[in-house]
Amino acid sequence: MNQWITFDWEALGANFWSATVDGLTFGGIYALVALGYTLVYGVLNLINFAHSEVFIVGAYAIVFTLTSLGFGPSVPNLEWYAIAANLLLAVIFGMLASAVTAFIVERVAYKPLRAKGAPRLVFLISAIGMSFVIQYLIFVWRGPNPEPSVIMFENKAIFDIGGTLIYFDSILIVTAAILMMIVVDQFIRRTKLGRGIRAVAQDPDTATLMGVNRERIIISTFVIGGLLAGVAALFYVMKVPSGVLYLGGFLLGIKAFTAAVLGGIGNVRGALLGGLLLGLIGNYGQILLGSAQWTDVVCFVVLIIVLMVRPEGILGSNLGKVRA
Amino acid sequence: MSTGTPMGGASESQARADELVDETTKPSRLRGLSEWWNHLPRVAQWGFLLIAVAAAFALPLVNIPLITTEPGNNWPLATAEMARYALVAIGLNVVVGQAGLLDLGYVGFFAVGAYVAALWTSPDSTMVHIPYLLTLPLAAMVTVVFGVLLGIPTLRLRGDYLAIVTLGFGEIIRLLATIIPALKGQVGFQQVGRPPGENADGNPVFANSEGAPWYWLTLTVIIVVMIALGNLERSRVGRNWIALREDEDAAEIMGVPTFRYKLWAFGIGAALGGGAGAIAAGQIGFVNNQRFDVQMSIMFLVAVVLGGQGNKFGAIIGGALVAYIPLRFTAIAEYKYLIFGAVLVVLMIFRPQGLFGKRPHLLTFERRAHKRIANLADAPTSAPAAKEAGQ
Repeated sequence: MNQWITFDWEALGANFWSATVDGLTFGGIYALVALGYTLVYGVLNLINFAHSEVFIVGAYAIVFTLTSLGFGPSVPNLEWYAIAANLLLAVIFGMLASAVTAFIVERVAYKPLRAKGAPRLVFLISAIGMSFVIQYLIFVWRGPNPEPSVIMFENKAIFDIGGTLIYFDSILIVTAAILMMIVVDQFIRRTKLGRGIRAVAQDPDTATLMGVNRERIIISTFVIGGLLAGVAALFYVMKVPSGVLYLGGFLLGIKAFTAAVLGGIGNVRGALLGGLLLGLIGNYGQILLGSAQWTDVVCFVVLIIVLMVRPEGILGSNLGKVRA
Repeated sequence: MSTGTPMGGASESQARADELVDETTKPSRLRGLSEWWNHLPRVAQWGFLLIAVAAAFALPLVNIPLITTEPGNNWPLATAEMARYALVAIGLNVVVGQAGLLDLGYVGFFAVGAYVAALWTSPDSTMVHIPYLLTLPLAAMVTVVFGVLLGIPTLRLRGDYLAIVTLGFGEIIRLLATIIPALKGQVGFQQVGRPPGENADGNPVFANSEGAPWYWLTLTVIIVVMIALGNLERSRVGRNWIALREDEDAAEIMGVPTFRYKLWAFGIGAALGGGAGAIAAGQIGFVNNQRFDVQMSIMFLVAVVLGGQGNKFGAIIGGALVAYIPLRFTAIAEYKYLIFGAVLVVLMIFRPQGLFGKRPHLLTFERRAHKRIANLADAPTSAPAAKEAGQ
């Protein structure tokens, strides 16, 4: 037997369609987190390294809300609208927690440096420090183990297309991701705040001269990214119930960032495309190579290839170029 | 900012001259020291350095109360770890401090080095076995290859891409160690080789439980590396690194082949990380996938940032401190990641240059320039003007 790497083409052929559905589901989650990276990058031209922690804090908030409402690892015996209401409550708390975290990150790790006009490297280091601090605050508080999983509904197969079962959560997550993307896209294109974001992304100095409050735009961008990360966190809790641990954000963060780069960082539609594509590639790779841990390796290799071949991403990378 | 140190006539003019050269990145306390140092004759500098080196070599033998890490941790072993961190910090300092590239996956190179040492010396490996000491240069060479392979696609891009790619790289190396069967995952490799030599009682000199010999080995490597890097920094390579760190666009316009010199820095940094990894593998005697996580990369980064980016002596101090603090203060060891993460943020906000900031200085003909400026400053009229100009 080969000691290094083996390819299992048969398994990929046999599971191709279920892998596709599953990949798109994960892709939806990546896309929502990728939006946070993309928006901040578009406005500040900086990677928000702490965005992965913004996301995982939301996931914790959702799990805490649901457990304190009395839900646990067994499916509750409730009507669907009661479950939906509880989930809605949880996601509101998740979004709030993520948005507050994003706000704090901006205030602590970005704003003082911006006031001083620090070089880029300094921003990156302070953001990575912030990410580390949040990670280990969670670690000190909750320990190294994941939170006990919360299952809210029995994941039934809704469709059967040619032998491939499509489950409820896949439909929910992919639909929601696309909907959120449309909302954000229209928000950027049509609202006043969206226009401000585009103006700052194009040219911060001119935007300031034209009366755009740059500080407010920046903080709003962080908060919007946080809100979206909170939504992603809900889907993450549904899809990976045992994944809510202190390192969970970090691993998802790298993939979400890759998704953002793949689609074109700074590009809202690119984030969706990149997320879905990366979900597919990661899932195919995982089945082809035979272990779930390969997903990360495959995604990383994709990132390198994209950076080599087309660093501006598939759809090109500029938030400022978006037309209303 | 005036130094205001009461000094005799000749040295005062030299102090002024120093201000011309020395920008105000240093706190004034340390400035007196660096002035004094810069104006010592070469021979005296070497003399003091020899004393310092001798003192450094004696470190594991002198077990000073309060400073020692005992009873919690064996002191010679602690010094070995400090030296290892210092070596890693020197390597990472080339990448982060000299060339201004943020590398968040440095542990990846460290891991590659450790696995090279393990694969070529451990009886658990089916590879050809070679003497342990040969694995040090081999590890450096293999990691250079990894560094170049990673650097070619990414170094042309903006710095933050590099940061996240390296972050991914560190994680991927760890994952590959887990999922590639030949690298044995958590089982790992036992009995990694060691340098030859036995004590009178038949035990090997470089036993895994003996910190001092490993410390001396690491320190020797550090000294060689420091001399080599010092020369490199004063050469064309070093000047280009500084140009590129200070303003990449300007450097490019002035004809510095930025990509090539970034690759140099990345490769040299990788080699040092790999070497340190091979030493760590030898000292611990066991390599598996468990100790190469992102947290370590961040700790390495803290070492460089704390010591002062771009200052290789600072990197040594920073590396030693990052290793020393959790070993000495075992009560807070549990919170070390939290504390060092906060240190990063606080340093960036209040003191981005670290404990010992990089000192902009003339590189190639520093001494000669010093003398010439000192003479200029002696002329009564030009002195105040020159002083103004220096600030």
